[in-house]
Amino acid sequence: MKERTLTLALMDPPYESANSTTALRIISAALEQGINVNVFAYEGAVCLPLKDQAPHANPVKGTTVEEEDHPTTKAFVSSLLAIGKDKPRLTWVNCGLCVDERGAANVVEGVRRGSPADFFKMASESTNTLVIPTR
Amino acid sequence: MTTYVLIESRDPFESRDTTFIEQTAVAIKERGHAVTVFLVQNGVFAARKNIGRLSRLAEAGVTVIADDLSLRERGIQPEELAAGIREAGIGSLVDALANPNTKAVWH
Repeated sequence: MKERTLTLALMDPPYESANSTTALRIISAALEQGINVNVFAYEGAVCLPLKDQAPHANPVKGTTVEEEDHPTTKAFVSSLLAIGKDKPRLTWVNCGLCVDERGAANVVEGVRRGSPADFFKMASESTNTLVIPTR
Repeated sequence: MTTYVLIESRDPFESRDTTFIEQTAVAIKERGHAVTVFLVQNGVFAARKNIGRLSRLAEAGVTVIADDLSLRERGIQPEELAAGIREAGIGSLVDALANPNTKAVWH
């Protein structure tokens, strides 16, 4: 079967919208089906793989960091990059200008810096492209 | 023939655009194209039979799928779904997206 590739453009920052969760589920399901995935993270979405994210305790419920087991998007992105390190492959590109605006350069391993030109190339070479915009 | 996948993530009571999605899907279908509407996140609220939204879609031959996780998160049971709407996982959306000559729109 011919190799298939999906490109996703993400824009929502972490912890703001269910769009991020759905996008991560789509990436996971595609890799599970052997489909390559390109992600172009734009605007606030460049913070999804931000290394400085830290899980926290919940003083309202009185739970510790371990008990809370707070999921971070950087952990999800790292896991997906590990699954997609070869075949199928996950390529994650953060928009460089968006990164600079947000001081969000400290990202997990495997994420690379790029520009909208990368998105154009990804979309041109993919089976399909899905843009998940902010509202 | 082009296949269209319209992804509706918005609550039908939050935005009248759910109606726009219905009208668009039917119009595309009438022009001879295959159409799938995938309801996700708050978009699955439109899938309930007692809401009466999206009723024209099944009649027009549009495939309507409601995301299983979104349904569970909102406590919507399979028996509450309107006729012609089926529940499926996010993998079914990936299947649809990975078909050649398919155009996808997220709303």
